Amino acid sequence: MIVIRKPGVLASVQDLGRHGHRQLGICPGGALDVLALTLANRLVGNADGAAGLELTMGGCELQFETDTRIALAGDDFGATLDGMPLWPFWSVPVSAGQTLRLAGANASGAKRKAGVRSWLAVAGGVDVPPILGSRSTDLKAGFGGHEGRALRKGDRLPTGASMLDAALRERRPFGVRSPDWGTAEDDGAIALRVLPGPEFELFTLAAREQLWGERWRITPQSNRMGSRLDGAELKRKRGGDMLSSGVIPGTIQVPPSGQPIILMGDAQTTGGYPRIGVVIRADLWKLAQAPLNGRLRLVQVDQPQALAAWASQQRYLSQVAQGLAAAGWPRAA
Amino acid sequence: MSGAPFPRLHLLGDAALLCELPAPATLAQQQRIWALAEHARQWPGVGETLPGMNNLTLTFDPVAIDLDTLTARVLEAWPKLAAGAVNGRLVEIPVAYGGEHGPDLADVAAHTGFTPAEVVRRHTAAEYVVYLLGFLPGFSFMGGLPPELATPRRAEPRLAVPARSVGIGGEQTGIYPLVSPGGWQLIGRTPLELFDPAAEPPTLLRPGDRVRFVAESVQT
Repeated sequence: MIVIRKPGVLASVQDLGRHGHRQLGICPGGALDVLALTLANRLVGNADGAAGLELTMGGCELQFETDTRIALAGDDFGATLDGMPLWPFWSVPVSAGQTLRLAGANASGAKRKAGVRSWLAVAGGVDVPPILGSRSTDLKAGFGGHEGRALRKGDRLPTGASMLDAALRERRPFGVRSPDWGTAEDDGAIALRVLPGPEFELFTLAAREQLWGERWRITPQSNRMGSRLDGAELKRKRGGDMLSSGVIPGTIQVPPSGQPIILMGDAQTTGGYPRIGVVIRADLWKLAQAPLNGRLRLVQVDQPQALAAWASQQRYLSQVAQGLAAAGWPRAA
Repeated sequence: MSGAPFPRLHLLGDAALLCELPAPATLAQQQRIWALAEHARQWPGVGETLPGMNNLTLTFDPVAIDLDTLTARVLEAWPKLAAGAVNGRLVEIPVAYGGEHGPDLADVAAHTGFTPAEVVRRHTAAEYVVYLLGFLPGFSFMGGLPPELATPRRAEPRLAVPARSVGIGGEQTGIYPLVSPGGWQLIGRTPLELFDPAAEPPTLLRPGDRVRFVAESVQT
């Protein structure tokens, strides 16, 4: 059992998402950074799709009631396990009774690069009942995960059967190389690669140039449904209503205000705003971790470049898998 | 049928393809959208099929099927699709109209110039078609609202529309499956669950279904 002592701003059970039900209006949801959750799961011998916890803005406290093994991925928020620092992308044994603490976003002052989210995997995975093929919490529709809601103080989460025997569980800590953020911008902006969307041409030439040229600020009104950006007003050549059409995570839609919204896992399945672009799959994890009030730069790519980026991410994941296998680390199917 | 316009194809990110028909949206075009969805679901490499209004989004695995192949398959399948191939079920939806269940029935009556009873009569006399589901799990975008019942959305949207409320928003009618913010005019409420994640299938309605509202009670 994992006991939630302090959930922080928003903690929820998430796996790789609830897929296959979009045409019924059911959003995929799931960990916003599937790369982080996948890595954390592999580090504790879980299948990639095991459920973990998505933690937002640190400030949380979790206690483990049994001996287990955990891995934290994403931003670590100065995480400690009974006072000992816990590094992100490390696999660490936990004894019954130990407490994991993540400091709040402002706890260590403004000097550190503030992140937004962390993903925690526990050996055996969080064992809530799967609904429609997933253990993810659908916060908007109120089902899945733990009682269909965000975690609260005092919640107790069961864990499933683990691949790790006592010897493996207690093996000394080890880690993997964290995902590559790419070249840092001089101004600290995070670069996201974007394919022009179906309504790209609907925007004025100036708006299309601003899309690529602007340093977009991520506003605090961002959440699991979408990241709201602030910057130049993206104007359309002409107004007029659009018919409802499919949207997927990464879709950059532009409401009449001209301020774009990048949709994320909990966004609705169809939208009626023009889609000026779509963030490529390989870069969605960066958006999940991009800090509030931080800056984004959108970089135009074409589909072959997007697929090459995806392939490169898959290569990194296979290298991690090979490394773990070579070290005799198990992996649940 | 040979004269049916081809869809415009456009990538939606690196692993989804939008197939969009020229305006205006018609039931005949929407039927071909559903038929294409049924077809495409069988193709190796295609993941989900998501009908929109007058369009279809296909998610695909670019490793299993490349864009050129997928494009060719859509364009090859398109002229052969039969518009009537998807035959939805007829679903009857009981509604308690007016009163606390439909607080805006009087406003709709005032806007349309009918009595509340006449609004209900016309709303229940029509047959509706579920064009697509979206917005919320089980929320259907339906066509077929008698044009004379069209009523603009409320100036001030409600923060929490009760689940299972039946409403009119502009030229559309629909049912809120869950408590959610919403600006439609609420004319009644159904006892039926539109979305039950534990049920198989989890939604009462599916794209292509036909719907009739049945007045269980009318409070004016």
